[in-house]
Amino acid sequence: MISISNLSVAYGAITALDDVTIQAPTGAITAVLGANGAGKTTLLRTISGLVKPRSGSITANGHALIGERPDAIARLGIAHVPEGRGVIAEFTVEENLRLGALGAKTNVTSGLEEQYALFPVLKERRKQYAAQLSGGERQMLALGRAMIANPQILLLDEPSLGLAPLVTQDIMNTIKTLCANSGLTVILVEQNAKSALKISDFAAVLHVGKSIAVRPAAEVAADESLRSYYLGMAE
Amino acid sequence: MIANILTNRIVNDIAGGASQGVIIGLVALCLVLVWRATRVLNFAQGPMAMFVTYIGMTQMDHHVNFWLAAVISMVVGFMFSALTEIVIVKPLYHKAEINPIVVMVGMFTLLEAIASAIWTNIPRYPTAPYSSINFQSSGNPTGLSPLSTFQIAAALAVMTFVAVLFNYTSLGLKLRASALAPEVSKLLGLRVSRLLTLGWGIAGAVGAVAGVVISLNPGGLSPNMLDAMFILGFIAAAIGGLDSPLGALISGVGIGVIMQLINDYWNSNYADMVAVVLLVVALMLRPQGIFTKNSARRV
Repeated sequence: MISISNLSVAYGAITALDDVTIQAPTGAITAVLGANGAGKTTLLRTISGLVKPRSGSITANGHALIGERPDAIARLGIAHVPEGRGVIAEFTVEENLRLGALGAKTNVTSGLEEQYALFPVLKERRKQYAAQLSGGERQMLALGRAMIANPQILLLDEPSLGLAPLVTQDIMNTIKTLCANSGLTVILVEQNAKSALKISDFAAVLHVGKSIAVRPAAEVAADESLRSYYLGMAE
Repeated sequence: MIANILTNRIVNDIAGGASQGVIIGLVALCLVLVWRATRVLNFAQGPMAMFVTYIGMTQMDHHVNFWLAAVISMVVGFMFSALTEIVIVKPLYHKAEINPIVVMVGMFTLLEAIASAIWTNIPRYPTAPYSSINFQSSGNPTGLSPLSTFQIAAALAVMTFVAVLFNYTSLGLKLRASALAPEVSKLLGLRVSRLLTLGWGIAGAVGAVAGVVISLNPGGLSPNMLDAMFILGFIAAAIGGLDSPLGALISGVGIGVIMQLINDYWNSNYADMVAVVLLVVALMLRPQGIFTKNSARRV
């Protein structure tokens, strides 16, 4: 369970998030939709401690997160796959995965085995540099590196970015499976609303820094009036 | 035949040049370690190493043997460098208006002044554990002495240690990640700030080894003993590529050998000039450094 209440964030004079309240229930996928500049990435960066909010509170599984350092938040079991995936291009696939286990202090050997079973393509390419992977493989590496930490909460920033529709579908299905198998709480930030709504249980819509609705995903998908906001066509 | 080779003038120059070259490589390695960790060019690296070498080597006046004195230099070097990062450098990371380079240049001057005040400018000559008389082959001197062999071995041992630490251990993986991608490393739970401090500490200990090894040269231990070495180390690091520890070593040895050949066959006054010319040529041909990999950036 992750609970964001009355969260406001500003970069200097520019308000990025304005009094946002969103709850993401345990074991469910909550999509956060919105157009470019709606504040989706800022929301995730504030949860993981990279951005300091002006006001508001965030609690995750009973821990108050505001004011904690990003590395301490990560060690609470909150994995954040940033926009652009954040795989270290100069490292091999295996080094990237090892790093995930080292950061979370989980067992490296058994963690590698689990992730290789989950993502066989990563095992094939374990000695290759991450720079040599395709976009979809990089996203799998980023997911594997997040999952090797045994997180309770997974924050995903635009996993579909730059991926072909079929690959996007594949990644979304993987996320759904991960969530179903491990009781993971997921916050999925996406511009690709259609793909995200397909696998999500709940959906929040952000529009220029304000949260407009947090409702079951099917309702959001069916609501014509909301569509203009997350498709970026609202005034 | 073998005796002829061992006492051949060029071979001697190469051996002698290499023994100074590995020390240049060691100084370059310190610069590379700090650069890779925190993107700061530590202009005070030389004086910092000099300072801690004094602290260790002057213990020999109190009946501490050479080896223990060297270890003291290394430990103090580690702590001094780590502390410098915490107290002076860390507060400057996000302040564009005060460049850490300028602060480190200030520290350069300050440390040399303090060292002259405490220990005077008169060189000291720590008793070396090995003789500096060159090995003989059929009655003729070769290019190496027991002492210069020790200097080479010490420098290579330190470089091997650093290479193994960074490339084959979990700690090394964390250190490299913190330097390459600090934000991602934080998101993975790494204590990046602490790891960067550790990176500076390691560079400080490596610098202390360079200081101790150089203090055994004929010039001895003096407050400005590392100034010339530092400039050459900087040139080596720039030629080799600031991101490449191996490049630092190779170009350090290269510069040492070339300067020795110039000293012997041409005019020692030209040696430093040639080093600078090498730097300019290398930077024109390959500005990123000869040994830097053209790696793909994150997209």
